[in-house]
Amino acid sequence: MEHIRLPKVENVRLLDRLSPRRSRVGTLYLTATHSIFVESEAGGRSETWVLHSLVCSVDKQAAGASGCPLLIRCKNFQILHFSIPREQDCQDVHLSLQRLSQPERYEELYCFSYKPNIHEEERRREWAFVDLKADFRRMGLPNSQWKLSLVNQHYKVSDTYPAELFVPESAAPPVLVGSSKFRSRGRFPALSYYSKENHAAICRSSQPLSGFSARCLEDEQMLEAILRSNPRSDFMYVVDTRPKLNAIANRAAGKGYENEDNYSNIKFQFMGIENIHVMRNSQQKMLEVCELRSPSMSDFLEGLESSGWLKHIKAVLDTGVFISKAVAEGVSVLVHCSDGWDRTAQVCSVACVLLDPYYRTLKGLMVLIEKDWISFGHKFTQRCNHLVRDPKEVSPIIDQFLECVWQLMEQFPCAFEYNEKLLITVHNHIYSCQFGNFIGNNQRERRELRVHEKTHSLWSYLWTNRAEFISPLYRQNHSQSQGLLRPSTAPYCFKFWRGLYNRFDQGMHPRQSVEDYLRVIQEETHQLEEQLDSHKQKIAQLEQEQEQDQEQVWNDACTAATFDKSPTVWALGKDLAMANTPQDYTGGFIASSPRTPKAPDSPLILAPQDSNQKADPNLSNGSDQESGIADLSCRSPLSEDSTRDPDSDEAAYSAA
Amino acid sequence: MEFAELIKTPRVDGVVLHRPFMPTVEGTLCLTGHHLILSSRQDNTEELWLLHSNIDSIEKRFVGSVGSVIVKCKDLRVIQLDIPGMEECLNIASSIEALSTLDSVSLMYPFFYRPMFEVIEDGWNSFLPQDAFKDLESMTDEWRLSDVNKDFTVCQSYPRLVAVPKNIDDDTLKKVATFRHSGRFPVLSYYHKKNGMVMMRAGQPLTGTNGRRCKEDEKLINATLRPGKRGYIIDTRTINVAQQAKARGGGFESEGNYPQWRRIHKAIERYNVLQESLIKLVEACGDQSHSMDRWLSKLEASNWQTHIKEILTTACLAAQCIDREGASVLVHGTEGTDSTLQVTSLAQIILDPGCRTVKGFQGLVEREWLQAGHPFRQRCGQSAYSNSKPRQEAPVFLLFLDCVWQILRQFPCSFEFNESFLVLLFEHAYASQFGTFLGNCAADRARLSLPEKTVSLWSWVNRPQELERLTNPLYEANSLVIWPSVAPQSLLLWEGVFLRWNRSSKCLDEAYDEMVHIIEYNKELQNKVNSLRRQLAQLETEDPLLNTP
Repeated sequence: MEHIRLPKVENVRLLDRLSPRRSRVGTLYLTATHSIFVESEAGGRSETWVLHSLVCSVDKQAAGASGCPLLIRCKNFQILHFSIPREQDCQDVHLSLQRLSQPERYEELYCFSYKPNIHEEERRREWAFVDLKADFRRMGLPNSQWKLSLVNQHYKVSDTYPAELFVPESAAPPVLVGSSKFRSRGRFPALSYYSKENHAAICRSSQPLSGFSARCLEDEQMLEAILRSNPRSDFMYVVDTRPKLNAIANRAAGKGYENEDNYSNIKFQFMGIENIHVMRNSQQKMLEVCELRSPSMSDFLEGLESSGWLKHIKAVLDTGVFISKAVAEGVSVLVHCSDGWDRTAQVCSVACVLLDPYYRTLKGLMVLIEKDWISFGHKFTQRCNHLVRDPKEVSPIIDQFLECVWQLMEQFPCAFEYNEKLLITVHNHIYSCQFGNFIGNNQRERRELRVHEKTHSLWSYLWTNRAEFISPLYRQNHSQSQGLLRPSTAPYCFKFWRGLYNRFDQGMHPRQSVEDYLRVIQEETHQLEEQLDSHKQKIAQLEQEQEQDQEQVWNDACTAATFDKSPTVWALGKDLAMANTPQDYTGGFIASSPRTPKAPDSPLILAPQDSNQKADPNLSNGSDQESGIADLSCRSPLSEDSTRDPDSDEAAYSAA
Repeated sequence: MEFAELIKTPRVDGVVLHRPFMPTVEGTLCLTGHHLILSSRQDNTEELWLLHSNIDSIEKRFVGSVGSVIVKCKDLRVIQLDIPGMEECLNIASSIEALSTLDSVSLMYPFFYRPMFEVIEDGWNSFLPQDAFKDLESMTDEWRLSDVNKDFTVCQSYPRLVAVPKNIDDDTLKKVATFRHSGRFPVLSYYHKKNGMVMMRAGQPLTGTNGRRCKEDEKLINATLRPGKRGYIIDTRTINVAQQAKARGGGFESEGNYPQWRRIHKAIERYNVLQESLIKLVEACGDQSHSMDRWLSKLEASNWQTHIKEILTTACLAAQCIDREGASVLVHGTEGTDSTLQVTSLAQIILDPGCRTVKGFQGLVEREWLQAGHPFRQRCGQSAYSNSKPRQEAPVFLLFLDCVWQILRQFPCSFEFNESFLVLLFEHAYASQFGTFLGNCAADRARLSLPEKTVSLWSWVNRPQELERLTNPLYEANSLVIWPSVAPQSLLLWEGVFLRWNRSSKCLDEAYDEMVHIIEYNKELQNKVNSLRRQLAQLETEDPLLNTP
């Protein structure tokens, strides 16, 4: 609390980013964890909550006639544009937020103070929900070729690796230790994925310390062991995900890449994924394009091109495709980059999604992130800017992984059990620090911080709320949810991910959601199935016992008939109301309309989310509530003959 | 002329057909007067039937004694035929070339096509102006149907019957016609029931450099304004282009002469620019270099999406003036046959839920494109692969369909038809067995006796088996005005047309089928539950206990 210079400012205006003439007036509160904007006019209904840990930057701009502008950019790509009447207040809010949004110590992170109403026993169970050993068991491990090694159980061999690792059966501890000494940060080759069907494996490591000529017998033995653990193949790939030039440059620093002459039967391959600095700048440029106020098509496409973002996404996916094809053909792959915790994590996890349908299920994605990102030591603290560290270490590496999955979803709509909303939610919470999962850089740090004892797990939260995150198009026995995915990586198959990068620009998104529509139908279908059963039973019963207990049956039937009157209407109402708000098509030509502030159908919208902010630890932090808009049904009531709902279509239209 | 004269080799055996994402087929190639047919003469493989009029251009290649003919179609498909024998190959190529570039309309396939289906409803009579006017009459008595153009002399490109303000007589109309480009005097395009505002369209006024004025023109359009109200004139050209038009006798409505109207200039490109854009876009989509930078820069350079954005924005503006400002609108560009129709028809999609049904959309295409005199024959003569220098060709109608698709993507539950219907219209506008899109205007269609001699596309479409394929399973009538987003992030490349032949659509088709399945299963259960419920109710009324409370 000592960082809050000013807990409350009144008469603050929240401007609409896309049409600044629209604005809302209200009070801005600063709390220990959130900034909260409460609109005065709407009778307290409209609140915007922004978690401090999601704030990426706070910029105070030159004061104008109408007040002092304060621009808050968030890591989930929300942008809030406030105008504060007094410059001194603005200054105070600015300084407070700057400090609040840049914690210096782990203890300050939100997850350590986030206490939902969950019993301690329950909280402990949350952390058992995702179990990596179970995933390796699912792969059929340990087996005669692969064993669990405890060589790193005290994090002595590699302090950024997990305690438990799978290695080839024939790799004795001295080989592992020897190999680790020849690899950056001791990150020796360890198993990431194993294919039960054809015994091919994906292993990962950091770069070898080969310099210009150094060799390491144990490291060579290690690769030999990996090769031999796949008896059906007489060679393996070593994939260096970096551009060749970067790898060569590393040799001067005593690092580098494997010399094919020193390792028997390896095929070495560079992939050309750029480093964290290139990726950071690229995303920055793309976000600038997303922020443009009313860009022309050319502004947008040129900006998208010059950001290079989609090119990088393509490079990651291309590499994932290469690895997955090799494994599908029965060839093992060792993947590394420099340290083996950025590009390596990306491409191993993308390859896993392509290879194994399990990782395309909700639980599977959690396991995958736990495995290739959390346990193998992706540096969340630096990459996601959780704590004040070197700004040059910030990079959207995991964003790119999530985007690759999204690009795949666009190509294979029936292949994924989870939906886009899940990816966006996961993204949000990687940055929010609300849950303990992404706190710290590796297992060792997380144990020291006692994360599992003090915080909650995102995975069990997502699982509890899974109804929102399941794609209605997914079927376990669908052909797309079987086997290897073979995506096209032609440039035109990559799309701009509006759902993430313009997530809070509500007006840009489709006003009706096919997915929500189908979900409503599926829920209805489920109810119908139950009714069908109960009707069948009752008919059988009636026919058998015509004489008995009729009244009760009649009552039951009535209940059933009213049951399907409870229309599952929550889905599309808001969207339709939005539909009635034209954008600024005029370029300011028509000055008056349609932004008359009183028009009930032109609400200022950031993001309609769940209305129950406080109870819902989900995305709604920092969103806006549209409780003013009634849920309008877009869907007719269930049955034709008996239960036409009087509040259906007609009512919806009269509200227009 | 006999087609036989043009067919140098009617039949070649051992021809190999390559098509994107399909297995190659070896078989016999036959040329008929209107079709290129390849059949393997085995039961299980699909035959290829390609209308000559669908062929945009062909290329020949020779490797040894095997020649290849690469056929590029107006629907943007590219196929390759490997033909053994140099002479056969050359013969086939020159025959296709001749047959696909026939000049005479009356030799086109629709005049020879005999329907193999039962016509339930003759599409030629489905959308008559007098029927549309009856609907209007039920809403307002301020308009009348004038037959001033009954013999197409006042305006060549207008239909015989047009709706005009009731108190404007035919003599006035004739005078106004002399003041508007190609005689296209302002006529009613759309009546907004909600507030009685209207949208009219016309050709540009012929003010010329010395600012000619026409009192009758002013009177006509002022007659559509409510007392004390102002209207908007949406000129689809930039002010500069409109200024330049004066030098060629055209122009725009000056503030002085039209004080009750506010003029807005937009920047929808003219047809030659649009054709260029289509060619570049299709070229970009066919680029195999696999470089992201190149793809994005080519996509940008094609300007296709820019045109989409501009057209949609202008249509939204027109709709906004009508619905939100409560003002009447007059739309025109130069001729009033291209950008004008894009704007008026899209504004109706936005404003009028009726236009979002299958029948309503057909009616819209019929009213705002066919009867309104969009020169389909000129515009759709060639597509993106044509080698000949474009003259009057332009994807004006395709851009309209693309814009509709954009709105459909944003409001996926508000349209009764699906994407397939839009693709179908694109295909048939360029090459068809039906007479609907032949000719440039109503006068042409009357001269060619199309209703008597050809079958209407609507006759074919409006049959249960076709409608089923073209109907959107997600449709729920939505009587609201739908305001699309025109942000660049919201406008997508229409993959269903431009990437249709470049990538497999299998997985997307499967997703569509899955969606249909989910909805069908739901309906099936509803029916079952309802019938059980009735059975239950019946059992209960038969029950004597219940009848004696």
